[in-house]
Amino acid sequence: MKKPQLWYKKLYLGLILIFLYVPIVVMIIQSFNAGKSRAKWEGFSFRWYGELFQDRSIMQALQVTILVAVIAAVVATILGTLAAIGIYSMKKRPQALMMTITNIPMTMPDIVTGISLMLLFLFTKVERGFVTMVMAHITFNTPYVILSVMPKLKQMNKHSYEAALDLGASPTYALTHVIIPEVRQGIITGAMLSFTLSLDDFTISYFTTSPMVQNLSTLIYSKARIGIDPTLNALSALMFVALLVLLIIVNRRTAESKA
Amino acid sequence: MYNVSLPWWAWVMMGVGLAVFVGFIILSVRRNHGVKRSLFASPYTLWMIIFTVVPCILVAYYAFTDANGAFTLDNFRHFWDSNHAKNELYATMGDEYAGYITRGTVNVDTLVYSLWMAFLCTVICLLLGYPAALFMADRNMKIGATIVVLFIIPMWMNFLLRTIAWMSLLEDNGLINSFLRLLGFEGVQLMYNSSAVLLGMVYNFLPFMVFPIYTSLSKLDPKLGEAAQDLGCNEWRTFTRVTAPLSLPGVISGITMVFMPSVTTFFIPRILGGGNTMMFGDLIESKFLTEGNWNVGSALSMIMMILILLSLGILRKADPEGEGGGIA
Repeated sequence: MKKPQLWYKKLYLGLILIFLYVPIVVMIIQSFNAGKSRAKWEGFSFRWYGELFQDRSIMQALQVTILVAVIAAVVATILGTLAAIGIYSMKKRPQALMMTITNIPMTMPDIVTGISLMLLFLFTKVERGFVTMVMAHITFNTPYVILSVMPKLKQMNKHSYEAALDLGASPTYALTHVIIPEVRQGIITGAMLSFTLSLDDFTISYFTTSPMVQNLSTLIYSKARIGIDPTLNALSALMFVALLVLLIIVNRRTAESKA
Repeated sequence: MYNVSLPWWAWVMMGVGLAVFVGFIILSVRRNHGVKRSLFASPYTLWMIIFTVVPCILVAYYAFTDANGAFTLDNFRHFWDSNHAKNELYATMGDEYAGYITRGTVNVDTLVYSLWMAFLCTVICLLLGYPAALFMADRNMKIGATIVVLFIIPMWMNFLLRTIAWMSLLEDNGLINSFLRLLGFEGVQLMYNSSAVLLGMVYNFLPFMVFPIYTSLSKLDPKLGEAAQDLGCNEWRTFTRVTAPLSLPGVISGITMVFMPSVTTFFIPRILGGGNTMMFGDLIESKFLTEGNWNVGSALSMIMMILILLSLGILRKADPEGEGGGIA
């Protein structure tokens, strides 16, 4: 058998990866540039990192982003898990209807979701801000929780719940001790998915909050319209490193648990 | 900052909803029997009615009414008529000034431009992404799994930051131009045109094309390819007759995942295109936030929704079982 040719495949993948990473690498290098100019290297410094931590608007936006993501993920997970169990035990017709409603926010483009929610808040004269942003995030997160929990429910043995009841468990006990543990993996996936979706969301937040309460994405947007702010380079570099560290830790852990 | 200013009835509604739900849970715990499990979906149902169904109805309501709330189709007519307005402008100003008329005033043009840009972006992503997915899924490629992770990492970074990163490369004083000048060439204008927007879109959406294709390719049974080769197919025919058709669900799901966000993006054209490349998403945003014209804005949103549903319908037909799967 002839030896498989791999070099051109590796070369191609390498080129694509360079395309994906060049802007990130450039940004990280520039975050250490002492000057404000992007074309000229004016010496190594941590100046922008210092300014980043002194920038109150960025720190506040970071706080808002994390708070919104945590609250939205927790509420969406509870709401979504209960809903998945409920929808699963429904009859065929209402089940199909509920799944259609669940699919609406997922097929709708973000901008339409954002605008329709904005219209709702404007129409009901609810002042946009932190609470409305949380509500919007819960709305687009919950369907993802349902879609992560649903397949686990379908995989579950249908009779284990009934068996638990036959053996004298109350419905509540059967729920918390039979159903929930079985679908735990789906719940965790759903929670993590909502958390990351919330962290990354720009469009929907943009329409459902006021300029007074900004998350990182909307803040970056308003800063980018004025021109590049070198503190944003420092922010990206830090986020990238944080991600990398997180990924390595997760990888180590899974590798350990496998071993 | 976190002060909550909801109208009184919103508090009452939330209170009642919460009380009913808590009461229902307490009751089910106390009685220890027979609460129908399908009732578990009721808080979610209520939530979705308030935050999804009602907002959709509101969009439709504004789309079909005028500023006074009377029924009208003018908002949709405005969409078609804007081309007429453009032609009139051309007639008075002459064609040589056509470039000075911003696209945003011409809605049909904007829509066609957005669809064209999204189409180009999808094609480029497919051409770049398919080989990447194919090579990553290659069983002889030991580092395939590592490369998958390397593809995911940039996706986790905030997409606004990633797009802004391109600015510092493409600007007039940016890295590419400085490099060109260093070599003695003239600088070129790289930003604020369609190509820059396209580059930004491809950069952001390429992984959405690669992952579904990679998933469907790596699920393929390698024995199929071996069988084809045993039966006398060369590598190219094995690919065109066996591998490619079987990866079609992944391709379709990739196309959906790239095309949809491409049509509706409004951040990328804003940043990389300046004001010169208004896309449909920008147009809707500016109708609402700059002009404050909810009626026309809603009509445009509805047109966009219908287009999306149509294209989803077509793609579903091509992949009826929805086998493509997503990233997860």
